[in-house]
Amino acid sequence: MRHKQSILLPAVRLLCAALAGAALATHAAAADAGPAVAPLPLVELAPGVHVHYGIHQPWSAHNAGNVANLGVVIGSRCAAVIDTGGSPSLGEQLRAAVGRLTRLPVCYVINTHVHPDHVLGNSAFAGGTTPAQIVGHARLGPSLAARAPYYLEAFRRESGTALPPETVVYPTRTVEDTLEIDLGERKLLLRAWPTAHTDNDLTVYDENTGTLFTGDLLFIDHLPVIDGQLRGWLKVIAALKLLAPKLAVPGHGRASADLRQAIAPQEAYLGAVLNQTRAAIAAGLPIQRALEQFDDSVTRGWQLADAFHRRNLTAAYAELEWEE
Amino acid sequence: MNILRRRLITLIALALVLPSGGGALAQSADSDDPEASPMWQQVRNSLFQGRTITSPADDVLVLDAPTRAEDAAIVPISIRTRLAQSDSRYIRTLYLMIDNNPSPLGATFHFTPNSGRADIETRVRVDAYTHVRAIAEMSDGQLYMSTRFVKASGGCSAPPGKDPQAALSTLGRMRLRVEGEVIANRPALAQLMISHPNHSGLAMDQLTRHYTPARYVRKILVTYAGAPVLSADVDFSISENPNFRFYFQPGGKGELKAEVVDTEDQRFESALAVAPVKAAN
Ligand SMILES: [Zn+2]
Repeated sequence: MRHKQSILLPAVRLLCAALAGAALATHAAAADAGPAVAPLPLVELAPGVHVHYGIHQPWSAHNAGNVANLGVVIGSRCAAVIDTGGSPSLGEQLRAAVGRLTRLPVCYVINTHVHPDHVLGNSAFAGGTTPAQIVGHARLGPSLAARAPYYLEAFRRESGTALPPETVVYPTRTVEDTLEIDLGERKLLLRAWPTAHTDNDLTVYDENTGTLFTGDLLFIDHLPVIDGQLRGWLKVIAALKLLAPKLAVPGHGRASADLRQAIAPQEAYLGAVLNQTRAAIAAGLPIQRALEQFDDSVTRGWQLADAFHRRNLTAAYAELEWEE
Repeated sequence: MNILRRRLITLIALALVLPSGGGALAQSADSDDPEASPMWQQVRNSLFQGRTITSPADDVLVLDAPTRAEDAAIVPISIRTRLAQSDSRYIRTLYLMIDNNPSPLGATFHFTPNSGRADIETRVRVDAYTHVRAIAEMSDGQLYMSTRFVKASGGCSAPPGKDPQAALSTLGRMRLRVEGEVIANRPALAQLMISHPNHSGLAMDQLTRHYTPARYVRKILVTYAGAPVLSADVDFSISENPNFRFYFQPGGKGELKAEVVDTEDQRFESALAVAPVKAAN
């Protein structure tokens, strides 16, 4: 059985490379001819506020990184895009979708944080005659610089297609605390948060419609992923609960008109991870033994627990063992 | 790491084995045969030229690592040894190697008979699909190896630390403690935690303008009552906030002391008074 796999593997790689090459070729032709890139489906959740819902899968070259929610907000002067998808081709599809909605330029690309499913489509908006400003948390740049090589390598490993380093487009404008941007008769309020889901989480609030784009500070249905600080995230959740947006658009999962209610399962899950991990550390269990003994029932009702729960426990343990 | 070259070598290896067919073929894929790993062959040649390495050697040492790196920045590793550290024959050195990391030889641990046992637990970064190996070198020069294959995690997990700024703000904090009751002349378990970003740094990139100089813990020395029980040469393959569990064997009362040096030549130390009880019989 095993040698079959050994023979097949290079063949599969070649096939993937061929497919990716074909995709790239169509893509280049499309760019010349104009609108042949299939536009991403968007839903209008409020006047001038459009969202593309990602699928509940881990980010991967195989799903073109189509896993995170992406937003478009249109003012009278220009449009803003909130996250650009997990691959350059997905970014192109998003740009095509924006082109169907409006003739106005995209003047801002806002990245809610460093993860590849949110930033790898940036390149679609960075070139041309009116490149967008890329806006992110003050710590987005350094974090992206440290991680980008691994994201590109993971993409290459899965698809056989090497993306050039220029694929990764860094912020041209950073947010330390808050920043207001004007799209013409429409203001977006950007807020940088202390370390939570990552060390560079940013939320976007559209004043006109009361829509809050939370990025991955809020997961719905898709198991939350800890890549920053668990205790910090629980504090940010407490702060988010004090906001009362008319609509909350999570990084993963469906939008909700009730943020407090929508965030409750995530708070319960992260709280359970915190308590279990503290108990394991207090009992003197080393990290590996702790991982073997955790009670997995806390993942009930969540999707992608297999992909992310043990990772969360690992991160939580490494963080919490420094508590007194 | 030259990926193209690595793949090429794998393909060549595959081609060479193909005509003979049968069981040997399974050994050719790099996930199957730890000996075929090109990086291992290089390191093996430079560190252990031509010497016999017995592997597996479960009666000497067992390396434990998860089959999938759930969080690429924090992969728990444990090396358990099966031999007592006697004066006449003991494990002098343990090499921890992660073949496909930028710096494959992540740690070299040195032990003495005062170590009691040459076990180590720590956490490492894993960059890619890789063999991880622990090689024990005995005081008589014999070599034994235990290997595991670790798959890189999927999705957005990456080896860099989660909050480098926070790690920098507490840099140098240490915790040293013993676990359980310490009994005279028996191996006692200790844990050393070091708050340190322990990162490889980033070269100045014209595109990104982000430059972070490398900064990581490079040397650790632990003594008990003035005698070495563990010394280690380590690098950025060890996770942020380096963490080690190890043994020492106390005779009588003494001080357990850890000294750490990083790449900026900053020194940190921590000490702990230990009063072992006599064995019950
Ligand atoms: Zn994320």
